[in-house]
Amino acid sequence: MFHIFCPYCQEYREEEEFHPSGQAHLIRPADPASVSDEEWGDYLFFRDNPRGIHHEMWVHRLGCRKFFNITRDTATYEILETYRMGEQPSITAANAEVRREQGVQTADGGWQTVGAQPENSRLNEETPS
Amino acid sequence: MSEARSEASVGNAATFDTHPGADAGVTPESPLQWSRVQGRVTEEGGAAEQIRVIERPFLGHLVLRGGAITLDEAVRAELGVSLPGKPLGLVLDAEGSRSVQWVSPDEWLVIVPAGEEFELENRLRARLGDAHFAIVNVGGGQTLLELSGEKARELLMKSVTYDVHEHGLPVGKAVGTVFAKTSVVLRRPSEERFELVVRRSFADYCVRWLRDAGREYGLRVESASP
Repeated sequence: MFHIFCPYCQEYREEEEFHPSGQAHLIRPADPASVSDEEWGDYLFFRDNPRGIHHEMWVHRLGCRKFFNITRDTATYEILETYRMGEQPSITAANAEVRREQGVQTADGGWQTVGAQPENSRLNEETPS
Repeated sequence: MSEARSEASVGNAATFDTHPGADAGVTPESPLQWSRVQGRVTEEGGAAEQIRVIERPFLGHLVLRGGAITLDEAVRAELGVSLPGKPLGLVLDAEGSRSVQWVSPDEWLVIVPAGEEFELENRLRARLGDAHFAIVNVGGGQTLLELSGEKARELLMKSVTYDVHEHGLPVGKAVGTVFAKTSVVLRRPSEERFELVVRRSFADYCVRWLRDAGREYGLRVESASP
């Protein structure tokens, strides 16, 4: 069970109140008529499936009913931060070590209960392709 | 513009009174009518129980959407209370019968006594004029159950996922959360009272859940006269 910080309600709520809505930060091609079939297909159907840091859109469906973004580690289930729509994540796969080295303020959800501790800590050290 | 909307239109929005009164020949029926027929609801009063659930049907529920500053001015002028600016806020007027609740950053729920919402909606629309806003009368879609009694919190602890302890839900806070297998707006207007705003079609389900969960304490569901 996740304990998710809703950036609009400004407090932690249980996962039951939320619903995941897929990958965040997808950008619709500005002029759909001029893109190739492949580009359009990529936009429409293809999603990232990284091991490690992933940005997802969630909706607080039983609370404020707003969409927001979560940065989550798919290997450890750790929620690193939640932020509003239109904002950019402070933690990305490229600067994942930021939160340890620079002490960036993150949602302090800590280890989640499901699949919390990875069997092998080296799994976390691999960079997602 | 058709004739039907001529009288009750403010700006470009048609409004209509959902409580036309007895002379219109329409008898309003509470969302708990079926529960009443089934004997799950009694009239107000009677022996004291540890938990009392009182249904408050036919109240005026309005959803206001728009910018906080614009709406705040209008609501303060018409209701005399300011819009709760902070998340999860709930404010009541001096009488305690009218309330404004924060629902989301651009959405507020106003609950007023039965019959007042039509006038209020028209006055708010007139005052807001051309501002960017929306007002929707949702009174037909939801109803309000009032919980009181020393074991009311314990009952809620069994029913909602939210932390209903004093530090989680102090007076003046209102949250949307999970209640049994449905959703609910849980409000704390005063020290001794909790309020549940439930969907009309789920009202019977909620009452049955409350009766079952409250059996160990002694619970009675009463219907307030409208």
